[in-house]
Amino acid sequence: MIVETGHYALVLAFSVALFQTILPLWGVSRRDDGLIGTAVPLALAQFFLVLLSFAALTYAHVASDFSLVNVVENSHSAKPLIYKISGVWGNHEGSMMLWVLILALFGGLAAVCVPAMPQALRAAALGVQASIAAAFLLFILVTSNPFARLDPAPIEGQDLNPILQDPGLAIHPPLLYVGYVGFSIAFSFAIAALIEGRLDAAWARWVRPWVLVAWIFLTLGIAMGSYWAYYTLGWGGFWFWDPVENASLMPWLAGTALLHSIAVMEKRDALKIWTVFLALLAFSLSLLGTFLVRSGVLTSVHAFASDPTRGIFILVILVFFIGGSLGLFAWRAPLLKPGGIFAPVSREGALILNNLFLTVSCATVFVGTLYPLVLESLTGAKISVGAPYYSWTFLPLALPLLALVPIGQSLAWKRGDLLGAAQRLTVAFGCGLGAAVLLLAAVRPGPTLGVLAVGLAIYLIIGAFSEIFSRLRGRGAGGARQWVGRAFGLPRSAWGTALAHAGLGLSVLGLAATGWGVERILPLHPGESVEVGPYQVTLIGLFPRQGPNFHETVARVSLAANGQIFGTLEPSKRQFTVRQMATTEAGIRTLGLGQLYISPGEQNGDGSIDLRLYWKPLVTLIWGGALVMGLGGLLSLSDRRIRLGAARRARNNRRALTPGQPQPAE
Amino acid sequence: MTRRGRRLGLIAAALAVLAAAAFMMLFALRDSIVFFKSPSELGEVKAGIRLRIGGLVKEGSVNRPEPQVATFTITDRANDVKVSYHGALPDLFREGQGVVAEGVLEAPGFLRADTVLAKHDERYMPREVVDALKKQGVWQGGDAVPTAVSPPK
Repeated sequence: MIVETGHYALVLAFSVALFQTILPLWGVSRRDDGLIGTAVPLALAQFFLVLLSFAALTYAHVASDFSLVNVVENSHSAKPLIYKISGVWGNHEGSMMLWVLILALFGGLAAVCVPAMPQALRAAALGVQASIAAAFLLFILVTSNPFARLDPAPIEGQDLNPILQDPGLAIHPPLLYVGYVGFSIAFSFAIAALIEGRLDAAWARWVRPWVLVAWIFLTLGIAMGSYWAYYTLGWGGFWFWDPVENASLMPWLAGTALLHSIAVMEKRDALKIWTVFLALLAFSLSLLGTFLVRSGVLTSVHAFASDPTRGIFILVILVFFIGGSLGLFAWRAPLLKPGGIFAPVSREGALILNNLFLTVSCATVFVGTLYPLVLESLTGAKISVGAPYYSWTFLPLALPLLALVPIGQSLAWKRGDLLGAAQRLTVAFGCGLGAAVLLLAAVRPGPTLGVLAVGLAIYLIIGAFSEIFSRLRGRGAGGARQWVGRAFGLPRSAWGTALAHAGLGLSVLGLAATGWGVERILPLHPGESVEVGPYQVTLIGLFPRQGPNFHETVARVSLAANGQIFGTLEPSKRQFTVRQMATTEAGIRTLGLGQLYISPGEQNGDGSIDLRLYWKPLVTLIWGGALVMGLGGLLSLSDRRIRLGAARRARNNRRALTPGQPQPAE
Repeated sequence: MTRRGRRLGLIAAALAVLAAAAFMMLFALRDSIVFFKSPSELGEVKAGIRLRIGGLVKEGSVNRPEPQVATFTITDRANDVKVSYHGALPDLFREGQGVVAEGVLEAPGFLRADTVLAKHDERYMPREVVDALKKQGVWQGGDAVPTAVSPPK
């Protein structure tokens, strides 16, 4: 009964979404307030129906209702509860349900938050949002119904893919989807602005927090996915330039560009048309990512079993929304009033360069990801584009961009002073250069690119705070109390920017440090030891152990530094009984900012076991940096000028200004 | 500078970066892509070329002459390729199952692999392998997918 209710709610959600698409947009074109007023209640109704449906599916998974095909194929009664819940989205149908749930959630939030927005603009945006929801709800109902029954119901399920039985599954997809789908709000508002034919700094003010929210979650989601791959795949890699990873990187690059250009639009009423284009692009790339992952065109860890009709269905959705939005853009954008112009040496000038590098690097990832697909469909030749391609194309674009970050931050709006910026950055640049020279000459010479990247990272981290430092110092001398007072007085968005940029520097530092990593792959007998970087690892012995739905062979090792034992690790090989599938559980010990990483391989006939042992200095900074970036975003979001409710006050203030007058700089 | 001049400058800068990126992309796409072949398609391939070869691991062909080294045969039921691989094999590497090996073709019919990809889930097989097997008429299942990755070196 609960299952039928869920299915019924899903069908209802689809029809509500159809009404929500048609009525508000019709109302906008007729200027009919009654029809415009339907948008908000319909958006809320759609969200609650999708939520009900998702809850029903979750109930079926938790209760192990094996009369559902979806539960039978992906669950098992012996599976721990957390994996019964996260297993809801650990399959094609459920992950699409999560996608639509988050889409409806954003629609619902847009309906209740931001009270000051013009009703017509909101109604149009909710209508566009609903059209996306309707398309994907139809996709679920027609090709991927999670509520399909099985008769007779089997007694036991086939269990979830063991690789997905991991806490990562509970965190990574929801974070990533909030990021992906969060850009739908910027997309819907961009379309709404194109339909309305009006675009001003207030629009940027309304949309900016949504972009920031999506960006924060996408950043965290990508980092979480990377860490999951790192600890679960058993050989310590964290980024593979896998098409599915690229599918999440592309919206991140476009979204980062959007985040910066929308700030220019809000502050200077410029870059308006470009910002709208980026808003369309960011979500289009999210849709492309959904297509790549969910259609089965790719061979990847993320692709679940899929049939071709689904691919064609998503392709049609993709072509409709991307083609439609770009068509609308081409038609309506020339009608929009272009924004102001500005000096090349200024913060907005630097942000244009930021946008240029980000979008071009996004294009290189796009080509690398899609070229094999296009080539195969045109000529039948199968190729793979791997890491070398990206080190030739993506890296040369990323390095100048990173070098530019602190410079842009040190330039003032409107008219920057390059010499002044250089002076402010002397300390940062000196520290970076010093670190690189020190590494080259004294400590331990590593790969040239690594040394360069370490220097760049130090310069980035210190440079991120140099603007704040000069603002604190710039207002005259004073004791520690005055400094602290001024530090609290600075807008939180300034701290947010500094923190996010420093986080980027930390990630770069973590990536650079991979050049100093140690890798040992060798067979060990019980009792034998091996040096891994500064540590000694001794294999104590191998023994079997029984888990809830698997049995495993544990290789217990002791860890020592300078002959002093400080801990043990228990990496293991797991054999999952239901699926007859093996997984490797790496043993990881965080020491300072680095990690010892031990992963067991084959057992040999002579009683030894193949072990891969790694010492990865500063490796945690790669993901820690992303966390700091997310924190910076959060801090910016809490800034009273950016917060969701701020638009009303801003609008009241704006009434005093004549239209088109640039916003006062901070 | 005039408005027009600034706009032109901006467009010129954008075009310069785009052109440089396009040049790098073409260069990289010529030099760093790897073709996928099935054992039956190796006839026209010269030795010394980097390739991916996909098929099934032939039953009884897996040997471990020394720790960390595995030799096996990839077959599409019509033709075979011998593979030598130094490193740990992925968890789901098994005889009779689908596999993709990447490396250098040292001699006709012999691949020195540095990467071995196996399935990520026992129900599915790498899509390239399915296509290769379909061509040889030995595939009976439906459509398939995932792979796991072994370490590159």
